[in-house]
Amino acid sequence: MQDRSPRSYLAWTVAIGVILFYALIPVAWLLSLSFKTPATVSDKSFFPQEVTTENYTTLFTGGLDSPLLRPLINSILIALIATLIAVTLASFTAYAIARLSFPGKTAILAGALAIAMFPQISVVGPLFDMWRALGLYDTYLGLIIPYLTFALPLAIYTLVAFFREIPWELEQAAQVDGATPWQAFRKVILPLATPGVFTAAILVFIFAWNDFLFAITLTSSDDARTVPAALAFFTGESQFTAPTGNIAAAAILVTIPIIIFVLIFQRRIVAGLTAGAVKG
Amino acid sequence: MSVAVPPQPGQTAGRKGQRKRGGPTQTTDRTKAERKLALMLCAPAVVAMVLVTVYPILYAIVLSVQTVDLRFPEERGFVGLDNYAAVLSSPLWWQDLFNTTFVTVISVAIELVLGMALALVMHRALFGRGLIRTSVLIPYGIVTVVAAFAWFFAFDPSSGFVNNLPFIPEDKAWFGNRWDAFTVIILTEVWKTTPFMALLLLAGLATIDNGLYEAARVDGANAWQRFVKITLPLLKPALLVALLFRTLDAFRVFDSIFIMTRGSQDTESVSILGYNQLISRLNLGLGSAVSVLIFVLVLLIAFVFVRVLGTAVPAQGDKK
Repeated sequence: MQDRSPRSYLAWTVAIGVILFYALIPVAWLLSLSFKTPATVSDKSFFPQEVTTENYTTLFTGGLDSPLLRPLINSILIALIATLIAVTLASFTAYAIARLSFPGKTAILAGALAIAMFPQISVVGPLFDMWRALGLYDTYLGLIIPYLTFALPLAIYTLVAFFREIPWELEQAAQVDGATPWQAFRKVILPLATPGVFTAAILVFIFAWNDFLFAITLTSSDDARTVPAALAFFTGESQFTAPTGNIAAAAILVTIPIIIFVLIFQRRIVAGLTAGAVKG
Repeated sequence: MSVAVPPQPGQTAGRKGQRKRGGPTQTTDRTKAERKLALMLCAPAVVAMVLVTVYPILYAIVLSVQTVDLRFPEERGFVGLDNYAAVLSSPLWWQDLFNTTFVTVISVAIELVLGMALALVMHRALFGRGLIRTSVLIPYGIVTVVAAFAWFFAFDPSSGFVNNLPFIPEDKAWFGNRWDAFTVIILTEVWKTTPFMALLLLAGLATIDNGLYEAARVDGANAWQRFVKITLPLLKPALLVALLFRTLDAFRVFDSIFIMTRGSQDTESVSILGYNQLISRLNLGLGSAVSVLIFVLVLLIAFVFVRVLGTAVPAQGDKK
């Protein structure tokens, strides 16, 4: 049915080339900047004339007082913990929604949908005030709580879609064999659900890794500041040098996990995004 | 895989309803236990979502009718709607609202066209689908702040490559005036979020029966007619869901403006205004009034999509 002439192959090659170029050019530019020396960072050339790794090494000199090490550790731990909690809670909820009969199902899904569309700036002020009163301001927990909450709708929708695909009879068979609903969930459904859970985890991690608004409003120091927030407050070595090379290097470093996820799990990410049909 | 198509009305009851109708005699204990388990399983997530959204938004409403300035804590007191009056009578609010609407409308419109093109390419490509999918997922997954820096450095007159391109003046200061800055901000938004739009539309395209196109072709419909008469109508549900999410997401625009201009050159968005009042000036009363107004606007946009445009949002989570 489709046109498979050499001309159409050529057209597709051009189309794919344009898409690749468009999608990757900013990342390529950052990569180039990150290897330029301070003397050549403004030369506007696409390939570094003098290659240096200094932009990367200075990010970590000074150990925990270095510009990037603490924020990087914060980012990784906060995103991982938020992902773990969000996916656990979402699995419970999604299981109940996909498998059990109870009133209030529609309300939970509609509520989750509303939260997916919620303007986060609207809760920033109250959270800022509440967190200061509760001692959560500038702590891991202070970021983990909003991250997991705002990621829950995405995780719930993704998991409900995946859980509905699981063969229901297996769980009933387990219950016929004497398993309680809880055992049936843990021993039969959970192993089958692992791919879905994994997909939800990737999407939640990307969400938490990406956040900027909460990170700059609910932290004030490197105690809990994540990389996106740290990047915005980077300063040069002296007040006359713009930290372009350093920012580019740090930007490349936080992009690496995303590229790895995308390369390994692209099918799952796409399936999760569209199955959830909720925001990304 | 399941797809972003909303459920048909009436289909939502599904298996559960049927089972219930089938056996009213054996409801009692089994049903009770099932409900109890369901409530226990849902409780933690629901509590988290309520505590971090519903409670704070109510608190924001309470703050918004008071004078609360953390720099002058003793001046706290009830002022009624004064904060709202102050915000709504300030030209800055209206300018920021215009900016936000402008960025939202233009970027979502461009994303819709590009996203549709991208989805069609991915749907019909003879080869290289995996390659395209991988490469467009990078903008989707990349940290927004990083995307903003990447484009900022690309357009920056002192170090960027853009001013070296043909037809662009070498000394053009992209962030020195409002409309050029908006161009770069919108470009960044479009670059970052077109893949999301494209993937949702692609999922919608996958549900369309190829036989329809063949039949149309036999009847002599050309490519454009097939697109307008078959693809668009059948894609409408997926299209509206994608539009709704992207519109509300774009309306929150904050990261890229913060990185590129911090709101200078009159490029401030309403989210930046809220941030400035709440965090930079520590004026929680006035800032909360801004927050509540943004919340109301988002509700309004969602309402327009759901009611006026008839978006059947997948409220049941049923995708089949």
